[in-house]
This record gives sequence, structure tokens and C-alpha cells, in this order.
Amino acid sequence: MLKYIAKRLIQSVLTLFIIITIIFCLLRLMPEEGYLGPGFDKMSEVQKESILTEMGLRDPVPVQLWKFYKGLLHGDFGTSWIYRPNVAITEILAGKAPVSIKMGLMAMGISLVAGIPLGVLMTRFKGGVPDKLGMGFVVLVMAIPQAVYHLFIQTYLTDFFHLPMLFKEPNLMSWILPTISLSLYNTATFALWMRRYMVDELNKDYVRLARAKGVKNSVIMGAHVFPNAFVPLIQTIPTMILSTAMGSIYVESLYSVPGMGGLLVDVIQRQDNAMVQALVLIYAALGIIGLLLGDLLMGVCDPRITFVEKGGAR
Amino acid sequence: MKQFLDGAANRVSESVTETVSADAFAFAEYDETAGEKVAWTDYSYWGSTFRMFFKNKMAVALLLLLAGILLFTFIQPHLPGQRPATLINNDPNTGLQLMNIPPNDEFLFGTNSIGQDLWSMVWSGTRTSLLIGFAVACSEVILGITMGVLWGYVRKLDHFLTTLYNIVDNIPQTIMLILISYILRPSMSTIILAMCLTSWLKMARFIRNQIVIIRDRDYNLASRCLGTPTWRIILKNLLPYLVSVMMLRIATTIPEAIGNEVFLTYIGLGLPVAIPSLGNLINSGRGLLMYESLRYQLIFPAVVLSVVTVSFYIIGNAFADAADPKNHV
Repeated sequence: MLKYIAKRLIQSVLTLFIIITIIFCLLRLMPEEGYLGPGFDKMSEVQKESILTEMGLRDPVPVQLWKFYKGLLHGDFGTSWIYRPNVAITEILAGKAPVSIKMGLMAMGISLVAGIPLGVLMTRFKGGVPDKLGMGFVVLVMAIPQAVYHLFIQTYLTDFFHLPMLFKEPNLMSWILPTISLSLYNTATFALWMRRYMVDELNKDYVRLARAKGVKNSVIMGAHVFPNAFVPLIQTIPTMILSTAMGSIYVESLYSVPGMGGLLVDVIQRQDNAMVQALVLIYAALGIIGLLLGDLLMGVCDPRITFVEKGGAR
Repeated sequence: MKQFLDGAANRVSESVTETVSADAFAFAEYDETAGEKVAWTDYSYWGSTFRMFFKNKMAVALLLLLAGILLFTFIQPHLPGQRPATLINNDPNTGLQLMNIPPNDEFLFGTNSIGQDLWSMVWSGTRTSLLIGFAVACSEVILGITMGVLWGYVRKLDHFLTTLYNIVDNIPQTIMLILISYILRPSMSTIILAMCLTSWLKMARFIRNQIVIIRDRDYNLASRCLGTPTWRIILKNLLPYLVSVMMLRIATTIPEAIGNEVFLTYIGLGLPVAIPSLGNLINSGRGLLMYESLRYQLIFPAVVLSVVTVSFYIIGNAFADAADPKNHV
């Protein structure tokens, strides 16, 4: 087990190294005007050159790459170039991340508490009214682009419930709508997959045996079907938690939440290379950790799944 | 003879001799033609699939609706009395722009802030969005399935492609888009190219996971032992098995691509404003949501967009269910 984890971690570090190198090289292909800000066409060639040299962009790419890695090894993500010039990136993130993480965790809690029972309910009354209503909700949330339904939720529900339109951290009422909006997609995902896996399990022989023995339906569902159906779902949960905690660009920009949801897109557009590299590194690392955690969690929950190679196994 | 509830004969209560006669133990004559006989059924895969699909009234209705919308977006500009989508309409008497006119008989969906006819813009935008959706889905099918099959079936490639997937999956789409739109000019083809570059991997990964599951089933093992060429195993043994999951992926790709276009416009990397698209319309309607009298400028494109994406989603699910042989009777 430990050997497996160590192997996965070493592979992850290698993958991260390749990702960050590729991102680094891709960023160096960006148009140079982007670094100079809006007034670039009024600058003289000498001015442009001196700004670019000062940013270190005139060094050969391997030299820039070496400097960057040297910083990383010392635990230093560097400082922002353009987004908030000369402020340490860790400081910027420390200011923005807590709101996103809090809201993301709350939304994830709502999704788990609402989505999984919804899936179970839909299976229990398969083909009935709860199933149809639940399916309707899932289809609407899955099929309509997020940009559209978040917008409508904000416009109409704030009016309807007299909730504040914009987010202010001390005002608890202003947390309600953004958190619920954020949780909708994951709720639908959980409900959909819970239902699908449970229906799959219901058709298996052990359920038929339990029925033949006269086991109560609630026990079949609760003690047999649910745990088996939950195992494939549990694998995705860590990744979902981590990605939800990173914030959503739509929700945060609509309700003006000062989180880090739209930060990556923002710094890519402003060509703040240092920020882009740091953020991509964080996102990629979280993605890889999420996958690893999911695999391990699945192994813990289901003793049939092992990570040690068995003799003769393919 | 007494019978059990499921119809099987209850043999215990009857004497054995009654059911088994002595000539059942005699050797049968060797019959050459009997060896050639094959059980014949009138089962046809696609026949059953379509029969199952047409039983789903809702999906059929949505299919007709979607076909109607698709047809209409193409014939709409050629109908009499239509204005070009990008034309700025001026009042014939005063020469002023007909700004923000609420929906009426002349402008069915009203006009926008510079006097363009929203009716024409919505249909022209739907055409653009559907075109993007279909183009991305096609490329995803061709690239994704080819790579997915290779990835799943050829073991030597597995490690390499998994690493490649982990890397490409972590490069933000926004970076690719900005770079591509820097190299090319922002246009339909740029957006399609950028979406294809990132989306085929998802499909490939999906197909790969399915193939790994069924790759070593006994019937494939038997085929391999009989020396069936790999391409034949892939085409005849593996892919037909995956039709239903592939249909589901394709049907969800189209709404995804349409939604992606909206996202790209949202972050300011979408199509230029001169090309009407649902993303552009929704993005410009977004700012007007606060003015209650102008909300129609967002609601019309949003409703059309939602109808299109929801239809695709439901039809895709219905077709995937119908294409799954487990559901065929």
C-alpha cells in the first residue's frame, strides 16, 4: 500500500514537472504587447525593450526556467507581475482563497446531503413521480449552460426572496444564493450517478436472492444496494470537493464574491505569467491529489479493490 | 400435471417413465445438413434500437422540434420580410436608430441597443452555435474514438497516452485559446479548433476505459486465438459493443460545445461581435438584466439556447438507452 502511494506520488511529481515546463514555454509564446499594458503603442522601442528586459523576458528561455525552478525549490512562488505588481503570490492567494474554500465546502456539503438522497429516492420510486421530477431537475442543470441558469437564479430569486444581490462576507443572508447556485451542478451529478449505479445493482443476483429470502425492501436498499452503489461514486468525491473549493467563475463574478474563481482566467488574460504558473501548478497538484485520494478512498471502502498486484492478475 | 408458479412441470409427483421414453437413448443418425443449421431470428440490432427509440414519445417529439429548429435556422434568412442579422435598423422618417424596441409585430423579438433585429440575430446565432456544436462533435468522434481504441487496445501505448492525458488535461483551455487566437484571428474556425484540441481527449479516455473492461472478455480471447486481425476485432467485436455509450457522449458533446461557446464569450474570448452567436447575445443581454423592461433581450436567446441543449441531452439519453442491447426484448 505505502509502496503504491509512494510510486503514485513520484509519478505525480514528474507529471507536474512536465506540465509546468510546458506551461512555461507556452506562456513565452504570448504576444509581447500584452506585457506592456494598454499604452504600449505610445512607447518607444527603447522603452519597450527596457521593460521587457527588466521583467526578465529577454533572457534565454532555459535561463528563465532555471530561475523559476530555483525559486520553487525554495518554496517561493514568486511575485505577481501585473495583477498586483510586486506582491507575493502567496499573499494574494491567502487573501482570496478562504472565501472560495468556505463557500465551496458548504456547497459541497449541500450537494452531498441533497444529491445522494435524491438519487436514492429516484431509485426507490423508479418510473414514478419523484423519479420524473428528479430527472427533470438533473436534465435542466446538466444541459443548460451554467452561465445562463446562474444568471436567472440571481435575477429572479433575489427579487422573489428579497435576498441581497451582492455578496458581503459578514451578511449571512448574502451567502445563501451563491452557495446554493454553486451546489446545483454537483447535486445533479450525485443524483444522476447514484440512481444509475443503484439501478445497476438492483438487477444483480444477490438482490434477487435477498428478495427470495424475504428480506425487507428497506434493508435490501440500505444495507446491500446502497453501499455497493456508493463505491464507484466515492472515487469522484475528493476531486469534486477540491475543484469546488477553488471557486466558480460564474458565481463569483455574478455575486461579486472576492474569491479565486475567475483568478486564473483573469491572470491569463493580463499575461501575468508568474501568477499563471503558480496557479496552474496549484490546480494541477490538487487535481492529481484528488485522483489519488479517490483511488485510496475506494480501496478503503471496498475491500475487494486492492492496489497490490496479485499473482496472475492481468 | 401440477405446475409450479413459474410454469415448470412438477416432476416429483409424476412417475419418471411417463416423461422419458426409451428411444431417447438411441444413437441419432449423423446428419450433415444439421451441422450447417443456424438458429434464425429476426432480431436486427438497428431495427430494435429504432423501435425502442420511437417508443419514447418525449424524445421523438423533441427530435421533431430540434429538426424543425435546425431547418428553420437555415431557411429563415430566405423567408420574405426578414432583415439581415447584423443590419442596424433606422427609423425611415427620422433616420434615428430603432433602439431597444420591445417585441412587437414588426420586430418579433424586439431590437437591441443599437437597433439590430433580435429575431434575425437569435436564429442566425442558433445557426452559428449548432454549427460549432456539430463540428466539435464530429472531430471528437473521429479523433476520440480512433485514439481511444488504440489507447485501450494496444498495451504498449497505454502508459504513454495516460501520461499525455494527465499533462494535457491540466493545461487550462484558456491558455490554449489565447495562444490560438493570437496565432490565428478570432473566428469560428479558431474557436472550433481550440475546443477540438481539448475535447477529444475526454472522449478518448472514455472509450479507453470501456475498451479496457471488455478487451479480455472470452469472446475477444476466442477471436484472438482464431487469428482474427486486430482491426477486425476492433471493428466487429469492440466498437458495436460501445455504440450506446458513444451515442451518449456525442449527444452530450453538442450541448457542451454550445455551453463552452457561451463560457468563452463570457470571459471575453468568444467570437467577434460581428458574428451573431448565442454566446454573444447572452453576454450582451447579461448587462441588461437589471432593467426590467430590457430583460427580453436576454430571455429570448436564453430560452432558445436552453431548448436546443435540453433537447439534445434528452434525445441523446433516450437513444443511448435504446441502443443498449440489454434493453432490447
